[in-house]
Amino acid sequence: MAIKTEPFVINIGPVHPSTHGVFRMRATLDGEVIVDLEPVFGYLHRGIEKLAEERTYTGVIPLTDRLDYIASMSNNLAYVLAVEKLAGIAVPERAEYLRVIMAELQRIAAYLVAIGAFLNECGAFFTPFLYMFREREKIIDLFEMVSGQRLLYNYMRVGGVSQDIPEEFLPALGEFLKQMPRFIDEYDRLLKQNEILLARAKGIGILTKEKAVNCSVSGPVLRASGVKWDIRKADPYSIYDRFEFEIPTGEVGDCYDRYRVRIEEMRQSLRIIEQAMEQIPSGAVKSEVPHLIRPPVGEAYAHIEAPKGELGFYLVSDNSIAPYRCHIRAPSLMNLTALREMVIGWKIQDAIIIFGSIDITVGEVDR
Amino acid sequence: MILSLSGKEVAAQLEQQFPGSIIASSENNFLVKSESLLDIAEYLKSSPELDLDYLNHITAVDYYDYFEVVYQLTSIKHNHSLVLKTRCYGRDNPLVPSVVSLWQGADFQEREIYDLMGISFDGHPNLKRIFLWEGFQGYPLRKDYL
Repeated sequence: MAIKTEPFVINIGPVHPSTHGVFRMRATLDGEVIVDLEPVFGYLHRGIEKLAEERTYTGVIPLTDRLDYIASMSNNLAYVLAVEKLAGIAVPERAEYLRVIMAELQRIAAYLVAIGAFLNECGAFFTPFLYMFREREKIIDLFEMVSGQRLLYNYMRVGGVSQDIPEEFLPALGEFLKQMPRFIDEYDRLLKQNEILLARAKGIGILTKEKAVNCSVSGPVLRASGVKWDIRKADPYSIYDRFEFEIPTGEVGDCYDRYRVRIEEMRQSLRIIEQAMEQIPSGAVKSEVPHLIRPPVGEAYAHIEAPKGELGFYLVSDNSIAPYRCHIRAPSLMNLTALREMVIGWKIQDAIIIFGSIDITVGEVDR
Repeated sequence: MILSLSGKEVAAQLEQQFPGSIIASSENNFLVKSESLLDIAEYLKSSPELDLDYLNHITAVDYYDYFEVVYQLTSIKHNHSLVLKTRCYGRDNPLVPSVVSLWQGADFQEREIYDLMGISFDGHPNLKRIFLWEGFQGYPLRKDYL
Protein backbone atom coordinates (compact mmCIF):
# COMPACT_ATOMS: atom_id res chain seq x y z
CA MET A 1 0.00 0.00 0.00
CA ALA A 2 1.33 3.43 -0.94
CA ILE A 3 1.87 5.91 1.87
CA LYS A 4 -0.64 8.73 1.81
CA THR A 5 1.06 12.11 1.63
CA GLU A 6 -0.15 15.65 1.82
CA PRO A 7 1.26 18.72 0.09
CA PHE A 8 3.19 20.98 2.41
CA VAL A 9 3.98 24.64 1.77
CA ILE A 10 7.39 25.94 2.76
CA ASN A 11 8.59 29.48 2.53
CA ILE A 12 12.18 30.08 1.37
CA GLY A 13 13.29 33.64 2.00
CA PRO A 14 12.89 36.60 1.69
CA VAL A 15 15.90 36.74 4.00
CA HIS A 16 17.82 33.56 3.35
CA PRO A 17 21.48 33.12 2.42
CA SER A 18 20.64 31.22 -0.76
CA THR A 19 18.35 33.86 -2.21
CA HIS A 20 21.13 36.37 -3.04
CA GLY A 21 19.27 39.29 -1.56
CA VAL A 22 15.64 39.62 -0.59
CA PHE A 23 13.78 37.18 -2.78
CA ARG A 24 11.12 34.73 -1.70
CA MET A 25 10.06 31.38 -3.07
CA ARG A 26 6.86 29.69 -1.98
CA ALA A 27 7.49 26.01 -2.52
CA THR A 28 4.86 23.31 -2.26
CA LEU A 29 6.41 20.01 -1.32
CA ASP A 30 5.32 16.43 -1.39
CA GLY A 31 7.72 14.86 1.05
CA GLU A 32 11.04 16.27 -0.14
CA VAL A 33 9.99 16.74 -3.75
CA ILE A 34 8.85 20.10 -5.07
CA VAL A 35 5.47 19.96 -6.79
CA ASP A 36 4.94 23.69 -7.22
CA LEU A 37 6.94 26.86 -6.73
CA GLU A 38 5.95 30.47 -6.92
CA PRO A 39 8.58 33.20 -6.90
CA VAL A 40 7.49 36.27 -4.94
CA PHE A 41 9.08 39.58 -5.93
CA GLY A 42 9.04 43.13 -4.81
CA TYR A 43 11.07 43.29 -1.61
CA LEU A 44 13.60 45.57 -3.27
CA HIS A 45 11.27 47.50 -5.54
CA ARG A 46 12.36 51.14 -5.58
CA GLY A 47 10.49 52.31 -8.65
CA ILE A 48 13.61 53.14 -10.67
CA GLU A 49 11.60 53.39 -13.90
CA LYS A 50 9.38 56.04 -12.32
CA LEU A 51 12.32 57.87 -10.72
CA ALA A 52 14.01 58.05 -14.12
CA GLU A 53 11.11 60.09 -15.49
CA GLU A 54 11.91 62.84 -12.99
CA ARG A 55 15.62 63.11 -13.73
CA THR A 56 17.70 64.48 -16.56
CA TYR A 57 19.21 62.01 -18.98
CA THR A 58 22.57 62.24 -17.23
CA GLY A 59 20.94 62.06 -13.82
CA VAL A 60 19.60 58.58 -14.53
CA ILE A 61 23.10 57.06 -14.81
CA PRO A 62 23.60 56.73 -11.02
CA LEU A 63 20.21 55.01 -10.80
CA THR A 64 21.31 52.38 -13.29
CA ASP A 65 24.22 51.53 -10.98
CA ARG A 66 21.66 50.32 -8.50
CA LEU A 67 20.00 47.81 -10.80
CA ASP A 68 22.40 44.91 -10.97
CA TYR A 69 24.67 46.27 -8.30
CA ILE A 70 27.38 43.69 -8.80
CA ALA A 71 27.71 44.67 -12.47
CA SER A 72 27.27 48.44 -12.43
CA MET A 73 29.53 49.10 -15.41
CA SER A 74 27.34 46.99 -17.68
CA ASN A 75 24.21 48.84 -16.56
CA ASN A 76 25.88 52.20 -17.26
CA LEU A 77 26.86 50.99 -20.71
CA ALA A 78 23.38 49.78 -21.68
CA TYR A 79 21.79 53.04 -20.59
CA VAL A 80 24.24 55.40 -22.27
CA LEU A 81 24.00 53.39 -25.49
CA ALA A 82 20.24 53.87 -25.45
CA VAL A 83 20.54 57.63 -24.92
CA GLU A 84 23.17 57.89 -27.64
CA LYS A 85 20.93 55.99 -30.03
CA LEU A 86 17.99 58.22 -29.15
CA ALA A 87 19.89 61.51 -29.47
CA GLY A 88 22.32 60.45 -32.20
CA ILE A 89 25.49 61.18 -30.24
CA ALA A 90 28.85 59.87 -31.44
CA VAL A 91 31.47 58.47 -29.08
CA PRO A 92 35.27 58.96 -29.42
CA GLU A 93 37.31 55.88 -30.28
CA ARG A 94 39.24 55.81 -27.02
CA ALA A 95 36.04 55.92 -25.00
CA GLU A 96 34.67 52.95 -26.94
CA TYR A 97 37.74 50.92 -26.06
CA LEU A 98 37.56 51.96 -22.42
CA ARG A 99 33.91 50.94 -22.33
CA VAL A 100 34.68 47.52 -23.75
CA ILE A 101 37.54 46.99 -21.29
CA MET A 102 35.34 47.97 -18.34
CA ALA A 103 32.37 45.91 -19.50
CA GLU A 104 34.50 42.81 -19.92
CA LEU A 105 36.26 43.26 -16.58
CA GLN A 106 32.83 43.65 -15.06
CA ARG A 107 31.70 40.43 -16.69
CA ILE A 108 34.60 38.54 -15.14
CA ALA A 109 33.89 40.10 -11.73
CA ALA A 110 30.19 39.23 -11.92
CA TYR A 111 30.88 35.65 -13.01
CA LEU A 112 33.31 35.22 -10.16
CA VAL A 113 30.53 36.13 -7.75
CA ALA A 114 28.08 33.88 -9.60
CA ILE A 115 30.41 30.88 -9.60
CA GLY A 116 31.50 31.45 -6.01
CA ALA A 117 27.93 31.67 -4.75
CA PHE A 118 26.91 28.69 -6.85
CA LEU A 119 29.67 26.51 -5.40
CA ASN A 120 28.71 27.71 -1.95
CA GLU A 121 25.24 26.37 -2.53
CA CYS A 122 26.64 23.11 -3.86
CA GLY A 123 28.24 22.52 -0.48
CA ALA A 124 31.80 23.73 -1.11
CA PHE A 125 31.31 26.07 1.75
CA PHE A 126 33.07 29.44 1.36
CA THR A 127 36.48 28.15 0.24
CA PRO A 128 35.93 28.67 -3.50
CA PHE A 129 33.93 31.79 -2.71
CA LEU A 130 36.93 33.28 -0.96
CA TYR A 131 39.23 32.44 -3.88
CA MET A 132 36.82 34.06 -6.31
CA PHE A 133 36.62 37.17 -4.20
CA ARG A 134 40.40 37.36 -4.07
CA GLU A 135 40.46 37.82 -7.85
CA ARG A 136 37.37 40.00 -7.92
CA GLU A 137 39.15 42.34 -5.54
CA LYS A 138 41.82 42.99 -8.19
CA ILE A 139 39.16 44.03 -10.67
CA ILE A 140 37.51 46.26 -8.08
CA ASP A 141 40.90 47.90 -7.48
CA LEU A 142 41.13 48.63 -11.19
CA PHE A 143 37.66 50.16 -11.14
CA GLU A 144 38.56 52.22 -8.13
CA MET A 145 41.52 53.61 -10.08
CA VAL A 146 39.29 54.86 -12.88
CA SER A 147 36.17 55.92 -11.02
CA GLY A 148 37.03 56.26 -7.34
CA GLN A 149 34.28 53.82 -6.45
CA ARG A 150 34.29 50.17 -5.52
CA LEU A 151 30.70 49.12 -6.16
CA LEU A 152 28.56 51.78 -7.83
CA TYR A 153 30.94 53.22 -10.38
CA ASN A 154 28.86 55.80 -12.24
CA TYR A 155 31.70 55.87 -14.75
CA MET A 156 30.14 56.10 -18.18
CA ARG A 157 28.59 59.23 -19.60
CA VAL A 158 26.47 59.98 -22.59
CA GLY A 159 29.07 60.53 -25.32
CA GLY A 160 31.96 58.78 -23.62
CA VAL A 161 33.23 58.08 -20.13
CA SER A 162 33.53 60.48 -17.19
CA GLN A 163 37.32 60.67 -17.15
CA ASP A 164 40.39 59.18 -18.78
CA ILE A 165 42.21 56.31 -17.10
CA PRO A 166 45.21 57.18 -14.91
CA GLU A 167 48.61 56.22 -16.26
CA GLU A 168 49.04 53.35 -13.80
CA PHE A 169 45.87 51.67 -15.06
CA LEU A 170 47.15 49.93 -18.19
CA PRO A 171 50.22 48.42 -16.48
CA ALA A 172 47.99 47.17 -13.65
CA LEU A 173 45.55 45.74 -16.17
CA GLY A 174 48.43 44.03 -17.98
CA GLU A 175 49.52 42.45 -14.72
CA PHE A 176 45.97 41.26 -14.07
CA LEU A 177 45.74 39.76 -17.56
CA LYS A 178 48.94 37.86 -16.91
CA GLN A 179 47.73 36.38 -13.62
CA MET A 180 44.09 35.70 -14.31
CA PRO A 181 44.31 32.77 -16.81
CA ARG A 182 46.37 30.87 -14.25
CA PHE A 183 43.68 31.40 -11.62
CA ILE A 184 40.92 30.29 -13.95
CA ASP A 185 42.92 27.13 -14.70
CA GLU A 186 43.35 26.62 -11.00
CA TYR A 187 39.59 26.79 -10.31
CA ASP A 188 39.01 24.53 -13.22
CA ARG A 189 41.52 21.94 -12.06
CA LEU A 190 40.05 21.97 -8.59
CA LEU A 191 36.44 21.80 -9.59
CA LYS A 192 35.98 20.34 -13.07
CA GLN A 193 36.23 16.76 -11.90
CA ASN A 194 35.13 17.43 -8.35
CA GLU A 195 32.99 14.54 -7.17
CA ILE A 196 30.63 16.68 -5.12
CA LEU A 197 30.11 19.26 -7.84
CA LEU A 198 29.44 16.58 -10.45
CA ALA A 199 27.02 14.70 -8.22
CA ARG A 200 25.08 17.80 -7.29
CA ALA A 201 25.08 19.73 -10.57
CA LYS A 202 25.27 17.25 -13.44
CA GLY A 203 21.87 16.45 -14.91
CA ILE A 204 20.09 18.68 -12.40
CA GLY A 205 17.59 21.32 -13.43
CA ILE A 206 17.68 20.77 -17.17
CA LEU A 207 16.35 23.63 -19.26
CA THR A 208 15.71 22.61 -22.86
CA LYS A 209 16.57 24.79 -25.81
CA GLU A 210 12.94 25.35 -26.84
CA LYS A 211 11.82 26.18 -23.31
CA ALA A 212 14.68 28.62 -22.82
CA VAL A 213 13.85 30.54 -25.99
CA ASN A 214 10.13 30.51 -25.25
CA CYS A 215 10.71 31.85 -21.73
CA SER A 216 12.87 34.77 -23.04
CA VAL A 217 15.82 33.46 -21.06
CA SER A 218 19.12 35.11 -22.01
CA GLY A 219 22.80 35.21 -21.19
CA PRO A 220 24.80 32.24 -19.90
CA VAL A 221 21.59 30.38 -18.97
CA LEU A 222 20.40 30.47 -22.59
CA ARG A 223 23.83 29.53 -23.93
CA ALA A 224 24.13 26.63 -21.50
CA SER A 225 20.95 25.25 -23.06
CA GLY A 226 22.76 25.08 -26.38
CA VAL A 227 21.54 28.27 -28.08
CA LYS A 228 24.45 30.11 -29.66
CA TRP A 229 23.11 33.58 -28.95
CA ASP A 230 25.30 36.36 -27.70
CA ILE A 231 24.34 39.96 -28.43
CA ARG A 232 28.00 40.90 -28.73
CA LYS A 233 28.06 38.68 -31.86
CA ALA A 234 24.44 38.77 -32.99
CA ASP A 235 24.05 42.54 -32.77
CA PRO A 236 27.53 43.99 -32.15
CA TYR A 237 27.14 47.22 -30.22
CA SER A 238 29.99 49.62 -29.45
CA ILE A 239 33.04 48.12 -31.19
CA TYR A 240 32.56 44.43 -30.47
CA ASP A 241 32.80 43.59 -34.16
CA ARG A 242 36.54 44.33 -34.02
CA PHE A 243 37.41 41.55 -31.59
CA GLU A 244 37.86 37.85 -31.98
CA PHE A 245 36.18 35.62 -29.46
CA GLU A 246 34.13 32.45 -29.25
CA ILE A 247 30.67 31.88 -27.81
CA PRO A 248 30.85 28.90 -25.47
CA THR A 249 27.67 26.85 -25.29
CA GLY A 250 26.46 23.97 -23.18
CA GLU A 251 25.02 20.70 -24.37
CA VAL A 252 22.21 19.66 -22.08
CA GLY A 253 21.37 22.82 -20.17
CA ASP A 254 21.86 21.50 -16.64
CA CYS A 255 23.40 23.34 -13.69
CA TYR A 256 26.85 22.03 -14.56
CA ASP A 257 26.64 23.44 -18.09
CA ARG A 258 25.67 26.84 -16.75
CA TYR A 259 28.71 26.73 -14.51
CA ARG A 260 30.99 25.63 -17.37
CA VAL A 261 29.73 28.32 -19.73
CA ARG A 262 30.60 31.00 -17.18
CA ILE A 263 34.13 29.64 -16.72
CA GLU A 264 34.71 29.55 -20.49
CA GLU A 265 33.28 33.00 -20.98
CA MET A 266 35.74 34.45 -18.49
CA ARG A 267 38.54 33.18 -20.75
CA GLN A 268 36.90 34.79 -23.77
CA SER A 269 36.51 38.07 -21.91
CA LEU A 270 40.22 38.06 -21.16
CA ARG A 271 40.87 37.60 -24.87
CA ILE A 272 38.72 40.62 -25.66
CA ILE A 273 40.46 42.78 -23.06
CA GLU A 274 43.87 41.75 -24.40
CA GLN A 275 42.92 42.78 -27.94
CA ALA A 276 41.37 46.03 -26.73
CA MET A 277 44.50 46.85 -24.76
CA GLU A 278 46.67 46.40 -27.84
CA GLN A 279 44.45 48.51 -30.07
CA ILE A 280 43.46 51.33 -27.72
CA PRO A 281 44.18 54.70 -29.36
CA SER A 282 44.91 57.96 -27.56
CA GLY A 283 42.62 60.95 -27.77
CA ALA A 284 39.50 62.36 -26.19
CA VAL A 285 37.30 60.21 -23.96
CA LYS A 286 34.13 62.26 -24.18
CA SER A 287 32.47 64.07 -27.02
CA GLU A 288 30.92 67.49 -26.65
CA VAL A 289 27.51 66.88 -25.18
CA PRO A 290 25.30 69.61 -23.67
CA HIS A 291 24.60 69.38 -19.96
CA LEU A 292 20.91 69.06 -20.59
CA ILE A 293 20.32 66.62 -23.40
CA ARG A 294 17.09 67.08 -25.35
CA PRO A 295 16.75 64.14 -27.74
CA PRO A 296 14.23 64.54 -30.58
CA VAL A 297 10.78 63.05 -30.11
CA GLY A 298 11.02 59.32 -30.61
CA GLU A 299 12.00 56.08 -29.02
CA ALA A 300 15.02 53.82 -28.91
CA TYR A 301 15.83 50.37 -27.63
CA ALA A 302 19.46 49.48 -26.98
CA HIS A 303 20.56 46.17 -25.54
CA ILE A 304 23.85 44.69 -24.44
CA GLU A 305 25.10 41.32 -23.32
CA ALA A 306 25.34 41.97 -19.59
CA PRO A 307 26.69 39.30 -17.22
CA LYS A 308 23.13 38.17 -16.43
CA GLY A 309 21.88 38.26 -20.02
CA GLU A 310 20.25 40.71 -22.35
CA LEU A 311 20.04 44.05 -20.57
CA GLY A 312 18.04 46.57 -22.54
CA PHE A 313 16.79 50.09 -22.11
CA TYR A 314 13.70 51.29 -23.95
CA LEU A 315 13.58 55.08 -23.87
CA VAL A 316 10.83 57.37 -25.11
CA SER A 317 11.62 61.04 -25.57
CA ASP A 318 9.20 63.95 -25.78
CA ASN A 319 12.01 66.44 -26.49
CA SER A 320 12.27 67.47 -22.85
CA ILE A 321 15.32 67.12 -20.58
CA ALA A 322 13.99 63.97 -18.88
CA PRO A 323 12.98 60.64 -20.42
CA TYR A 324 9.23 60.39 -20.98
CA ARG A 325 9.46 56.68 -20.31
CA CYS A 326 12.43 54.52 -19.34
CA HIS A 327 11.77 50.82 -19.40
CA ILE A 328 14.46 48.39 -18.29
CA ARG A 329 14.56 44.93 -19.78
CA ALA A 330 16.02 43.13 -16.80
CA PRO A 331 17.63 39.78 -17.59
CA SER A 332 17.40 38.57 -13.98
CA LEU A 333 13.60 38.85 -13.97
CA MET A 334 13.18 37.16 -17.32
CA ASN A 335 15.54 34.34 -16.47
CA LEU A 336 13.34 33.49 -13.49
CA THR A 337 10.39 32.78 -15.79
CA ALA A 338 11.73 29.29 -16.33
CA LEU A 339 12.53 28.66 -12.66
CA ARG A 340 9.22 27.04 -11.74
CA GLU A 341 9.42 24.40 -14.43
CA MET A 342 13.11 23.82 -13.81
CA VAL A 343 12.65 22.91 -10.14
CA ILE A 344 9.42 20.89 -10.27
CA GLY A 345 10.19 17.26 -9.56
CA TRP A 346 13.50 17.99 -7.87
CA LYS A 347 14.23 17.92 -4.19
CA ILE A 348 14.41 21.06 -2.15
CA GLN A 349 18.21 21.05 -1.91
CA ASP A 350 18.38 20.82 -5.71
CA ALA A 351 16.06 23.82 -6.01
CA ILE A 352 18.61 25.93 -4.17
CA ILE A 353 21.31 24.89 -6.64
CA ILE A 354 19.09 25.42 -9.67
CA PHE A 355 18.20 28.86 -8.42
CA GLY A 356 21.87 29.61 -7.75
CA SER A 357 22.88 28.47 -11.23
CA ILE A 358 20.52 31.01 -12.82
CA ASP A 359 22.34 33.76 -10.92
CA ILE A 360 20.11 36.73 -10.28
CA THR A 361 20.58 40.06 -8.59
CA VAL A 362 17.46 41.17 -6.77
CA GLY A 363 18.16 44.84 -7.46
CA GLU A 364 17.56 44.08 -11.10
CA VAL A 365 14.60 41.76 -10.61
CA ASP A 366 12.60 44.29 -8.61
CA ARG A 367 14.12 47.53 -9.94
CA MET B 1 23.97 42.94 -36.91
CA ILE B 2 20.37 42.15 -36.09
CA LEU B 3 18.34 43.23 -39.09
CA SER B 4 15.43 45.46 -38.09
CA LEU B 5 12.57 44.40 -40.30
CA SER B 6 10.72 47.26 -41.89
CA GLY B 7 7.34 47.75 -40.20
CA LYS B 8 5.91 48.89 -43.52
CA GLU B 9 6.87 45.74 -45.39
CA VAL B 10 5.66 43.35 -42.72
CA ALA B 11 2.46 45.35 -42.35
CA ALA B 12 1.81 45.13 -46.09
CA GLN B 13 2.31 41.39 -45.95
CA LEU B 14 -0.01 41.08 -42.94
CA GLU B 15 -2.68 43.28 -44.47
CA GLN B 16 -3.47 40.46 -46.92
CA GLN B 17 -3.76 37.89 -44.16
CA PHE B 18 -5.65 40.04 -41.68
CA PRO B 19 -7.43 42.80 -43.59
CA GLY B 20 -8.27 45.89 -41.58
CA SER B 21 -6.27 44.98 -38.51
CA ILE B 22 -3.31 47.28 -39.07
CA ILE B 23 -3.78 50.89 -38.03
CA ALA B 24 -0.44 52.40 -38.98
CA SER B 25 3.06 51.38 -39.92
CA SER B 26 6.44 53.07 -40.12
CA GLU B 27 9.98 51.97 -40.88
CA ASN B 28 10.63 50.91 -37.28
CA ASN B 29 7.36 49.47 -36.09
CA PHE B 30 3.72 48.91 -36.85
CA LEU B 31 0.54 49.36 -34.89
CA VAL B 32 -2.27 46.83 -34.81
CA LYS B 33 -5.77 46.74 -33.36
CA SER B 34 -5.78 45.08 -29.98
CA GLU B 35 -8.56 42.66 -31.02
CA SER B 36 -6.39 41.10 -33.70
CA LEU B 37 -3.13 41.23 -31.68
CA LEU B 38 -3.17 37.58 -30.73
CA ASP B 39 -3.82 36.33 -34.27
CA ILE B 40 -1.08 38.53 -35.68
CA ALA B 41 1.35 37.54 -32.94
CA GLU B 42 0.66 33.89 -33.64
CA TYR B 43 1.31 34.44 -37.32
CA LEU B 44 4.57 36.30 -36.62
CA LYS B 45 5.76 33.47 -34.43
CA SER B 46 4.75 30.54 -36.62
CA SER B 47 5.44 31.94 -40.10
CA PRO B 48 8.61 30.22 -41.33
CA GLU B 49 10.14 33.28 -42.98
CA LEU B 50 9.53 35.54 -39.98
CA ASP B 51 9.95 32.94 -37.20
CA LEU B 52 9.93 35.51 -34.39
CA ASP B 53 10.39 33.00 -31.59
CA TYR B 54 12.08 35.21 -29.00
CA LEU B 55 10.24 37.93 -27.12
CA ASN B 56 12.82 40.50 -26.01
CA HIS B 57 10.50 42.54 -23.90
CA ILE B 58 7.05 43.98 -23.49
CA THR B 59 6.45 47.41 -22.10
CA ALA B 60 3.70 49.98 -21.91
CA VAL B 61 3.76 53.76 -22.27
CA ASP B 62 1.09 56.12 -20.98
CA TYR B 63 0.17 58.85 -23.49
CA TYR B 64 -2.80 60.18 -21.45
CA ASP B 65 -5.31 59.52 -24.25
CA TYR B 66 -4.30 55.92 -24.64
CA PHE B 67 -1.79 53.34 -23.48
CA GLU B 68 0.63 51.92 -25.97
CA VAL B 69 1.90 48.38 -25.45
CA VAL B 70 5.18 47.64 -27.22
CA TYR B 71 6.44 44.17 -28.12
CA GLN B 72 10.02 43.69 -29.26
CA LEU B 73 10.44 40.40 -31.08
CA THR B 74 13.53 38.66 -32.41
CA SER B 75 14.16 35.62 -34.54
CA ILE B 76 17.18 33.74 -33.29
CA LYS B 77 17.36 31.67 -36.46
CA HIS B 78 17.17 34.52 -38.98
CA ASN B 79 18.72 37.19 -36.73
CA HIS B 80 16.12 39.84 -37.39
CA SER B 81 13.82 41.79 -35.13
CA LEU B 82 10.49 43.55 -35.28
CA VAL B 83 8.59 45.98 -33.07
CA LEU B 84 4.87 45.46 -32.75
CA LYS B 85 2.58 47.94 -31.02
CA THR B 86 -0.98 48.05 -29.92
CA ARG B 87 -3.10 50.60 -28.11
CA CYS B 88 -5.83 50.44 -25.51
CA TYR B 89 -8.14 53.21 -24.48
CA GLY B 90 -9.84 54.22 -21.28
CA ARG B 91 -8.27 54.60 -17.86
CA ASP B 92 -10.65 52.46 -15.84
CA ASN B 93 -10.05 49.07 -17.30
CA PRO B 94 -7.78 49.05 -20.34
CA LEU B 95 -7.58 45.58 -21.79
CA VAL B 96 -5.12 43.86 -24.14
CA PRO B 97 -4.99 40.15 -25.01
CA SER B 98 -2.25 38.22 -23.28
CA VAL B 99 0.50 36.58 -25.33
CA VAL B 100 1.63 34.17 -22.59
CA SER B 101 0.18 31.27 -24.57
CA LEU B 102 2.70 32.07 -27.35
CA TRP B 103 5.72 33.33 -25.44
CA GLN B 104 5.97 32.24 -21.84
CA GLY B 105 8.52 35.01 -21.28
CA ALA B 106 5.59 37.43 -21.29
CA ASP B 107 4.32 36.06 -17.98
CA PHE B 108 6.14 38.27 -15.47
CA GLN B 109 6.28 41.25 -17.79
CA GLU B 110 2.53 41.36 -18.29
CA ARG B 111 2.09 41.09 -14.56
CA GLU B 112 4.54 43.96 -14.17
CA ILE B 113 2.58 46.14 -16.60
CA TYR B 114 -0.66 45.23 -14.83
CA ASP B 115 0.92 46.10 -11.49
CA LEU B 116 2.52 49.41 -12.41
CA MET B 117 0.50 50.65 -15.39
CA GLY B 118 -2.90 49.12 -14.68
CA ILE B 119 -3.45 47.39 -18.01
CA SER B 120 -5.25 44.04 -17.80
CA PHE B 121 -4.18 41.16 -19.98
CA ASP B 122 -7.03 39.00 -21.15
CA GLY B 123 -6.14 35.32 -20.88
CA HIS B 124 -3.16 35.66 -18.53
CA PRO B 125 -3.05 32.61 -16.27
CA ASN B 126 -2.07 34.42 -13.07
CA LEU B 127 -2.72 38.13 -13.39
CA LYS B 128 -1.97 39.73 -10.03
CA ARG B 129 0.35 42.37 -8.65
CA ILE B 130 4.03 41.41 -8.88
CA PHE B 131 6.14 44.08 -7.14
CA LEU B 132 3.59 45.95 -5.05
CA TRP B 133 1.41 44.29 -2.49
CA GLU B 134 -2.18 43.18 -2.84
CA GLY B 135 -4.45 46.05 -1.92
CA PHE B 136 -2.11 48.81 -3.14
CA GLN B 137 -4.11 51.72 -4.51
CA GLY B 138 -3.29 53.13 -7.92
CA TYR B 139 -0.77 52.38 -10.67
CA PRO B 140 2.51 54.27 -10.13
CA LEU B 141 3.86 54.33 -13.68
CA ARG B 142 0.81 56.17 -14.99
CA LYS B 143 1.47 59.79 -15.75
CA ASP B 144 -1.38 61.01 -13.54
CA TYR B 145 -0.17 59.14 -10.46
CA LEU B 146 0.92 61.67 -7.80
